[in-house]
Amino acid sequence: MTDKKLISGEESVRVFEAMHRGVSRRDALRMLGAAGVMAAGAGSLFGSSSVLAAGESTAPVGKRGGSIRVAGVSSSTADTLDPAKGALSTDYTRHYMFYNGLTRFDSQLTPKMELAESMESKDATTWVITLRSGVTFHDGKPLTAADVVFSLNRHKDAAVGSKVMKLAEQMQDIKATGPLEVTITLSGPNAELPSILAVSHMLIVAEGTTDFNKGNGTGPFKVQEFKPGVRSVAVRNENYWKPGLPYLDQIEFIAIPDEASRVNALLAGEVQLINNVDPRSTKRIEASAGHHFVDAPSGNYTDLIIRRDQMPGQSDDFTQAMKLLLDREQIKSAVFRGFAVVGNDTPIAPGSRFFNADLKQTTYDPDKAKFLLNKAGLAGARIPVIASEAATSSVDMAVLLQQSAKKAGLNLDVKRMPSDGYWSNHWMKHPLSFGNINPRPNADIIFSQFFQSTAPWNESGWKNDRFDQLLIQARAETDDAKRGQMYAEMQTLVHDHCGIGIPVFISNIDGVDSRVKGYGTNPLGGFMGYMFAEQVWLDA
Amino acid sequence: MSTHILWLIGRRLAAAVLTLLIVSMVIFAITAILPGDSAQQILGQFATPEQIEALRQQLGLNQPAIVRYLDWLAGLLSGNLGESMSNNMPVTELMQGRLGNTLMLALVTAVVSVPIALLLGITAAICRGGRMDKCLSTLTLALVAVPEFLVATLAVLIFAVKLRWFSALSFASDISSPLEFIRTYTLPVMTLCFVIIAQMARMTRAAVVDQLDSSYAEMARLKGLGSLRIALVHALPNAVGPIANAIALSLSYLFGGVVIVESIFNYPGIASLMVDAVTNRDIALVQACTMLFCSGYLLLVLIADVSAILSNPRLRNR
Repeated sequence: MTDKKLISGEESVRVFEAMHRGVSRRDALRMLGAAGVMAAGAGSLFGSSSVLAAGESTAPVGKRGGSIRVAGVSSSTADTLDPAKGALSTDYTRHYMFYNGLTRFDSQLTPKMELAESMESKDATTWVITLRSGVTFHDGKPLTAADVVFSLNRHKDAAVGSKVMKLAEQMQDIKATGPLEVTITLSGPNAELPSILAVSHMLIVAEGTTDFNKGNGTGPFKVQEFKPGVRSVAVRNENYWKPGLPYLDQIEFIAIPDEASRVNALLAGEVQLINNVDPRSTKRIEASAGHHFVDAPSGNYTDLIIRRDQMPGQSDDFTQAMKLLLDREQIKSAVFRGFAVVGNDTPIAPGSRFFNADLKQTTYDPDKAKFLLNKAGLAGARIPVIASEAATSSVDMAVLLQQSAKKAGLNLDVKRMPSDGYWSNHWMKHPLSFGNINPRPNADIIFSQFFQSTAPWNESGWKNDRFDQLLIQARAETDDAKRGQMYAEMQTLVHDHCGIGIPVFISNIDGVDSRVKGYGTNPLGGFMGYMFAEQVWLDA
Repeated sequence: MSTHILWLIGRRLAAAVLTLLIVSMVIFAITAILPGDSAQQILGQFATPEQIEALRQQLGLNQPAIVRYLDWLAGLLSGNLGESMSNNMPVTELMQGRLGNTLMLALVTAVVSVPIALLLGITAAICRGGRMDKCLSTLTLALVAVPEFLVATLAVLIFAVKLRWFSALSFASDISSPLEFIRTYTLPVMTLCFVIIAQMARMTRAAVVDQLDSSYAEMARLKGLGSLRIALVHALPNAVGPIANAIALSLSYLFGGVVIVESIFNYPGIASLMVDAVTNRDIALVQACTMLFCSGYLLLVLIADVSAILSNPRLRNR
């Protein structure tokens, strides 16, 4: 795997801030070195530390200048620069070019302060947010509390059509309590507010904005051109509040929906960055001297759904047996060609915050599954399993499952459904089917949306009082360590009792022109969790 | 020109307008049947029922279909195509640049393909039954059968990725020199030519052969004229009608059928705009694009018909 990353832009900002607090330049460089060393020690995604180790060199973190062209996956006239309406990876990527959030995810999805200088709360219900001073919008207007109040309140207005209305509804009262101070009162405690504010929809726009096509934000780039469905051209914001950033002068962003064309465009040198590379294309990228691919573990998973409110899923033995029949290693190697991480039937991906590493890994065991199926009286039964191209690779996974089920004396009948209408007509509606869940920013959101007893997308129709209690308690718990314990217990409950089999987490693969430096990964998605723009530079 | 010809052309025009009206109704009916509407599409998975209702109100989707249809038709007649539902931009603005690009691609393709196709078709007709004819027939048949995505992908692999002669993508927007123009347009035009030259050449051959089989051509042959002279001077003028039709049919493909070429080369044309519009249930845009395709198609057929009428001496000299 290629590993050509340096210290991230985020790190450099931290150092810069430290300098402002009165740290000498020498110390600052030492800090940068330390950051690198620590990152390497943790086996982190920031990658090789050697580059800036030990503060002896005065090498700049990145090189200024240059312009690149980037190709995403989809583009249509529905492209928008309104953060609240962002629907696709291409939208998110653009939004992070032009806007900043109050907080920002790091590569472990831990929220870090961005436009907010601090966020404080004693009870996780009332939050006082102090904004960074001296930040200006692209049109020169300084950032004030009113902008934040306007941006966040928009989501609650049904007419805006925000994608995160549900998330925003818990912010009962949002008001400016000072020129640079915003107080948010939640309807109930939620310690995860900082990470909710880090999602791209919550990015901050200027008060009173109605025309979003100008992309007037506080972000690293300004809009030079934006044609929905065609392209956007972003140029450096010379007055960006993070000194020295961004590195690039210009980013042209287009979309090439066809995967083969996208890879061809990269290899032909027409674009310098692409996302959503098929594992099959990695060989071609690797074979090219000037390009490499970046394999980013993510929280994206395709899951086997065993309805626990219907037969045969009502039987614990059957549910257990189905999880044992998922040959995780084989799915990883045969279906995803190694570009996946083995999962353990909990939706929290290994390596992400609050992952329960102590949970015993479920392994492929057809003998034990056979025993359990016999016990459940289902030996020799014939059961349909529903799969579709709509749920990434689920057809391949279903066929593998069919093979292993045969060994346990169970006949699975793979039914392949068309993609169009799969989510409304088949998903969660059969005793056995497949789903696909995109990464969610934090444990609370994923548990509330897909595992709470009352959740509309409680995929397996699973009900567990203890789990629901813990979910509410964890929201109110401001101590990260204690909250981590609760999430660990919840993962154990899901792993042992829920009807969801998560064999692997699917990695995102990006294709990168090797002259583009500073490129890292983020479990939220490709393009460094859509946030590459501020941090990469061109070494041409 | 005689009044008779004007009368004929007038009837063709009236038929075209009527066709457009019927097409508009069909489009409206079909888009109404599509599952889901733009309010749902815009709001996505997370939408609450109140949100969807509010947006429907805003977009005017609550009105009965017949009211929406008449509104739209009235707008159409006054040159107002409405607003795109997914991003609130006027439809005309969205289509402007795209239409220019599509016409440019169509024009370049036509300029390259028509002469080649005519040359191939007429040559084949003259050498009918000979080795040359068989060769051309096999070749054109083979080309018609190759799917354009294969042609396009192979062309990109060879000329863009390996040799780096031409561009793998075609941005119609930033062309500043003739060289860049060639770099940008060569591959898409080549791909399109593969498909339509073959088709046009075969139809041209058939039309000329048809005339060569007629009694006047035989008469000319009996009088001792050379076959080249018979074909060019006697048969070709009479084949203008069918040939014009063949050209019009092939070129009409350049309006809507080029989706694959547009998506492989990322060419911002009107066909991909319409595909977008359908997936986003952006009905105003779908309707506008469809009407445009139909008008373009009808216009081409009309031109073909008129040239057939004008080239017909019996009508011309009455």
